[in-house]
Amino acid sequence: MRRVRAEILSTRRVGVYHSLTLVAPEIAERARPGQFVGIAMPAGRSFLLRRFYFIHQASRRGGWAGTLEFAFEPDGVGAEWLGSARAHQFLDVMGPLGRPFAFPRRLTNCLLVAEGHGTAALTFLAQELRARGKRVDMIVGGATEEAVFKPIEVKRVSQTVAILTGDGSLGTKGRPVEALPEMAEHVGAEVVYAAGPRELLRAVAEFCREHRIPAQVAVEERMACGIGLCFACTVPVVRKDGSGYDNLRACVEGPVFNPARVLWDRWMADIPRMLPTPPGGSPVVGSWPG
Amino acid sequence: MAGVKRTLAVDLGGIALSTPLVAASGTFGTGREGGLLDTRRLGAAVSRSITLAPRKGAPSPRVAETASGLLWSVGLQNPGIDAFLADELPRLTRTGIPLFVSIAGSSLEEYVRLASVLQDVQGIAGIEVYLRGEGEAQEGEPFLSSAEHVVGVVGAVSRLSRLPVVAKLPVSLADLVESARGCVRAGAHGLTIDGSAPGMAIDTARLRPEVGAISGFLSGPAVRPFTVRAVFEVARILPEVPILAAGGVWTGNDAVELLLAGAWAVEMGTALLVDPSAATAAADGILGYLKHKGLASPADIRGRVRIPEPGTGEEAG
Ligand SMILES: Cc1cc2nc3c(=O)[nH]c(=O)nc-3n(C[C@H](O)[C@H](O)[C@H](O)COP(=O)(O)OP(=O)(O)OC[C@H]3O[C@@H](n4cnc5c(N)ncnc54)[C@H](O)[C@@H]3O)c2cc1C
Ligand SMILES: Cc1cc2nc3c(=O)[nH]c(=O)nc-3n(C[C@H](O)[C@H](O)[C@H](O)COP(=O)(O)O)c2cc1C
Ligand code: FES
Repeated sequence: MRRVRAEILSTRRVGVYHSLTLVAPEIAERARPGQFVGIAMPAGRSFLLRRFYFIHQASRRGGWAGTLEFAFEPDGVGAEWLGSARAHQFLDVMGPLGRPFAFPRRLTNCLLVAEGHGTAALTFLAQELRARGKRVDMIVGGATEEAVFKPIEVKRVSQTVAILTGDGSLGTKGRPVEALPEMAEHVGAEVVYAAGPRELLRAVAEFCREHRIPAQVAVEERMACGIGLCFACTVPVVRKDGSGYDNLRACVEGPVFNPARVLWDRWMADIPRMLPTPPGGSPVVGSWPG
Repeated sequence: MAGVKRTLAVDLGGIALSTPLVAASGTFGTGREGGLLDTRRLGAAVSRSITLAPRKGAPSPRVAETASGLLWSVGLQNPGIDAFLADELPRLTRTGIPLFVSIAGSSLEEYVRLASVLQDVQGIAGIEVYLRGEGEAQEGEPFLSSAEHVVGVVGAVSRLSRLPVVAKLPVSLADLVESARGCVRAGAHGLTIDGSAPGMAIDTARLRPEVGAISGFLSGPAVRPFTVRAVFEVARILPEVPILAAGGVWTGNDAVELLLAGAWAVEMGTALLVDPSAATAAADGILGYLKHKGLASPADIRGRVRIPEPGTGEEAG
């Protein structure tokens, strides 16, 4: 884990995504698939928190040695600012953060399922799996053709590919998870990896539990520090011995988790239960101290 | 002022700190994270708040970014005092930085038991008492909602403790100055004035509260004026009492502002989360200010804000 001032080597539009390549050898040398970087926002502005991005590419050898690439949709204020960054500008970058995906030792057939920017994280994984002699097949998707991240590269790194888009503008109409049962059977999936929206990860968890396929997923949770200091980013995960669960920090104990152990309903409880009115008054404040 | 020997060291009534910069509770990790947090210029650190039994904390999401602020609701996630003493404290004190242990309870009894457990613990600089109420209602009033409850807790902890006790008073407390005075009378060695105030944010697209606990507390630069005012008010009344200021300190200049208002030291929370070397930069900033003003140490700026005399428009002092 390092913190560096990294120069932007290049910026590119890739469909709906912006892709930034940084010169950051200290981070690139250590980066593993599933890990991420934390980018500081400009000083003196009203948006304070770092933004976190999965590492899409980390070159340790060759002409691009020491560079690092990540991709994002510029939808909020932080990503928009990052999208306006130009080559030769410097960014304050921390990384590589988090625990990476584990590679299977004996099993060989790996099925990777990604949606949206999750594809950026999993193409890096695909390359590393291939380099270890594994078979890689991928299911990728997004809302539209433009939201399918680098489909050509995806085809290059995997044996077979299924592409699904919400509007059917590329590949089959639908969401990546819909192709999972057929694809898993077709390629004889022995291990499943996933990255993308929580609904996808949860569906992958259910499928893999039912079919007894080992799986790993990379989650996203709101973060403040990204380095384990603040307990902002927790995910409820069942203990190994099954005796209850712990709220684990996605930034240091994740972002890669065994989906069979994540308490999805608890984590995704979208509608908080209304808190009882405390005795003596109205304020809900303080019902959850600190 | 040639030849001035300049120092950042401060003395909090017998607690010597190498700088007036203190890592705030809940932002210093568990001692296992290591690595990126730059502790060189931290004069002290406060542990996350520890309760008697383990707590799982609040539902996610636990943070939301607001304009120049961070809305947080971690819900006191912690392993409980026993596991803390066994696993976390030895690592936290290994850094060599004076450590305050923060304690939190939902009843007077819980605070008393925490203080007794800590009585014989070696190697800590003091206790910071977290005083945001949750928990049992007493005579229809939520726990810790009044000066009386707060002073009761701080008094009980102080009587039991051989270590210096610092009461962390939220600026949102109904009668802050009265509570501060009461805490000191009841035996508190010092006070942390905490500017982070209760807050809420709503995601308008999804029609949902931004944090899982519905509401949380706001920290970061947005709250600094609350901290400055509260420190100023309390320090005027209690000039002899060590005051730590928490809430909105990011730069050296922010720290100087709070020292001028009357703080003896400042805590940094949100800033450290975003910039792990914020304390080092702030230390340089304070030194630069001292140099510019020809002063020797942070104590020389403490409480030195100049207030115009009423009517004359002229500056006093
Ligand atoms: C481990 C991890 C990896 C990520 N990888 C990518 C990636 O490869 N590509 C990508 O486009 N985005 C990724 N994200 C989300 C990214 O960090 C930003 O949150 C996102 O770009 C939106 O930021 P914003 O400033 O545009 O939005 P704003 O609306 O301004 O964000 C406000 C706050 O909410 C947080 N937030 C918003 N959306 C998310 C989210 N989905 N997950 C976590 N926090 C969020 C922001 O970080 C910020 O603190 C990742 C998040 C995490 C935690
Ligand atoms: C993520 C987070 C967790 C916190 N947890 C605690 C806690 O456990 N106990 C406590 O007394 N204060 C806690 N605080 C409050 C800080 O210690 C500090 O008082 C507050 O954030 C204001 O300072 P700042 O503006 O520098 O962050 C927490 C703050 C944050 C941001
Ligand atoms: S974001 Fe602070 S602990 Fe994970």
